[in-house]
Amino acid sequence: MSSNLSRRDILKTLAYGAAATSVLRVIPAQAAEYAHHMIAAEKAAAPAKAYTAKFFSPHDYKTLQTLCQTIIPADADSGGAIEAGAPEFIDLLTSENPDYQRILGGGLLWLDSACSDRYDKVYLDCSPEQQKEILDQIAYKKNAIANPALNPAVEFFSFLRNMTADGFFTSEIGIKYLGYVGSAFLKEFPGCPPVPEI
Amino acid sequence: MAEVTRAPKVYDVCIIGSGAAGGTAAKILTEGGLNVVMLEAGGPLNPAQDFKEHVWPYQLPHRGAGVGGKASADFGEFLAPNGSWEIEGEPYTTAPGSKFRWFRSRIVGGRTNHWGRIALRFAPVDFRSRSTDGMGDDWPITYEDVAPYYDKVESYIGVFGTKENVPSAPDGIFMPPPKPRCTETIIKKACDKLNVTCIPSRMAIITQPHNGRPACHYCAQCGRGCVSASNFSSSQVMIPAAEKTGRFTLITKAMVREIIVGKDGKAQAVSYIDKSARIEKKIYAKAFVVGASACESARLLLNSKSAMFPDGLANSSGVVGRYLTDSVGSSGGGVFPQLAKMPKHNHDGVGGMHMYMPWWKFDRKNDFLRGYHIEFGGGRSMPGVGEFDDLCEVVEGYGASLKQRCRDVYGTYIGFAGRGEMIPNENSYCEIDPDTADEWGIPVLRFHWQWSDNEIKMARDMQETFRAIVEAGGGTYYSKVESDGPNPYGIADGGVIIHELGVVRIGNNPKTSALNGYCQAHDVKNLFVTDAASFVSNPDKNPTLTIMALSWRASEYLLDQAKKGNL
Repeated sequence: MSSNLSRRDILKTLAYGAAATSVLRVIPAQAAEYAHHMIAAEKAAAPAKAYTAKFFSPHDYKTLQTLCQTIIPADADSGGAIEAGAPEFIDLLTSENPDYQRILGGGLLWLDSACSDRYDKVYLDCSPEQQKEILDQIAYKKNAIANPALNPAVEFFSFLRNMTADGFFTSEIGIKYLGYVGSAFLKEFPGCPPVPEI
Repeated sequence: MAEVTRAPKVYDVCIIGSGAAGGTAAKILTEGGLNVVMLEAGGPLNPAQDFKEHVWPYQLPHRGAGVGGKASADFGEFLAPNGSWEIEGEPYTTAPGSKFRWFRSRIVGGRTNHWGRIALRFAPVDFRSRSTDGMGDDWPITYEDVAPYYDKVESYIGVFGTKENVPSAPDGIFMPPPKPRCTETIIKKACDKLNVTCIPSRMAIITQPHNGRPACHYCAQCGRGCVSASNFSSSQVMIPAAEKTGRFTLITKAMVREIIVGKDGKAQAVSYIDKSARIEKKIYAKAFVVGASACESARLLLNSKSAMFPDGLANSSGVVGRYLTDSVGSSGGGVFPQLAKMPKHNHDGVGGMHMYMPWWKFDRKNDFLRGYHIEFGGGRSMPGVGEFDDLCEVVEGYGASLKQRCRDVYGTYIGFAGRGEMIPNENSYCEIDPDTADEWGIPVLRFHWQWSDNEIKMARDMQETFRAIVEAGGGTYYSKVESDGPNPYGIADGGVIIHELGVVRIGNNPKTSALNGYCQAHDVKNLFVTDAASFVSNPDKNPTLTIMALSWRASEYLLDQAKKGNL
């Protein structure tokens, strides 16, 4: 920011608005911009420490992580769901919502027991081929139409797929992967660039 | 210790509600020299802390979904603190067979903290409904009466737009509009092919510095609240003006129970709950301006019963609660493959549409009365939770192909929302529910709701138009609606568009209206209702600009009457 406003001045402006009237007075644009950057920097400075799952057991959380990464894997352009923090996001919301607990908690239990029945191993111990085989069963609604017993498992996977997509595409790497450019401070809005067909 | 008895302080005016109506009245009345107290049922607002402008989803642990994923129902975690569909401890009820939703705000500034900033003038014909097509009623005032106040409001709050001479959408006092985004360029060309009028929108967002407020910086996040106040909210634009006069007292967390009438038949005081202390208090004033939001204003009058006014205050006509309308809303969307080829660029713009379609079929015979306008938007906006729900539902599966598919379709969607005029009908109204009170012991509203055929036909026309525009633009329309069922042609449930109004209407006849043309109660001359409760009809224009124009006009009248000693 190219201005002679100090951080102290800005904070004073902000605090004055809050304390004096409970309704913020208009603050200068550069102060607003500075405040935004400050908030962003402070939020970004929170230390990244190892995450302890709030809802899922260590085993289930590991399964969850693996499933998330299978749904949105890393590729040449970006990391995957784990790098994007999707499992943490899903665990946090699940810890707060009984419906999520039923769908996701129940789904993970079903997955391990289905794998045990079929392959005599829990999901994480299955071979990649076995994992693909079981996921291909529950990743498509048409399978539940053919075999209604699969309904809860298909619902589970569909829900997890949405949440994994949410977790990935709202992350820093996910947003970069999509190519969103914005949330900026522009003096003028340039409009649509010259593009064929538009 | 002996109690000291003192005559209570008597303010010149007590305003109930701090949104578009209350904020405008506060500015005009305090600047006119009156001492004003304002009661707001919610808490104070602190934009620097409360607004999430420029925050990225990954900076919030819940990524915008809110605790337990529940924020999505109330438009997400990023929205300016403004209210919600359900308020704990303050229910409302619906009559059997009626579907109605009520979005209420409990914060300084009310719903202006998050509103769409769409600032459209009513047209001359909108004030003469009955004379035009025999339905509903005419307003007791004309466009010419209101136009000077549209001028004043636009000049003060700042609105962008262009002069277009479209009869259904009168021009105003405008700042230059922002340039069209790619999505808008595509749709404008499609509309030109179909002879659908598509013009720069009119929004209460300033594109030039104005009264100490910096110009918009084009982050597209108006709905989150704007820390630099480059868009209009009552909390940041009206209330600071009132505070500057030194004649303004704001009391928050004050839930008004009742307006109390003196022996002379005039309003004398309000009784309110101090929510923090959970005790009842009184405020005395010489005049009262109610702007609690249309249905809350009706509720307050209906709950203000006395021997002199057994059916509620200002309700000798029995119309309070009647003539409830909302906008007719139906929406749809299309996918435009050409948008996938756009180079990466900043597509944000202002928070909302740069162009829109005003009602364009006003000069021909349609199979429904009145009209609608179309709002639209899409393209590469900041990704949020739920962004790919629809795609995941269709594509299914998992893995690298799913991930790539999401990137391929990101930003190729353009959505359309029609906003049309509902004609008041006798089956849509609100009343006090005799069986239910809120946690403050105040009886709540019960809603009755029914659309008529005219609105259903309008929703059908919207759907046909959306499809035609999408196809003319080279896209594929994918919304599917049913022609029957609970929401024919995708018509939104009553209240969902959040343009509910009309329940304390103005009129010349005290037998068929509660207020006169200056929003002054026929029965109680020191009582004014200046929010959208006062509207006689609900044209296809978003109500906020007109609320401010009517409140400004009523406040000038109140000032004049106060000077003449007539209150």
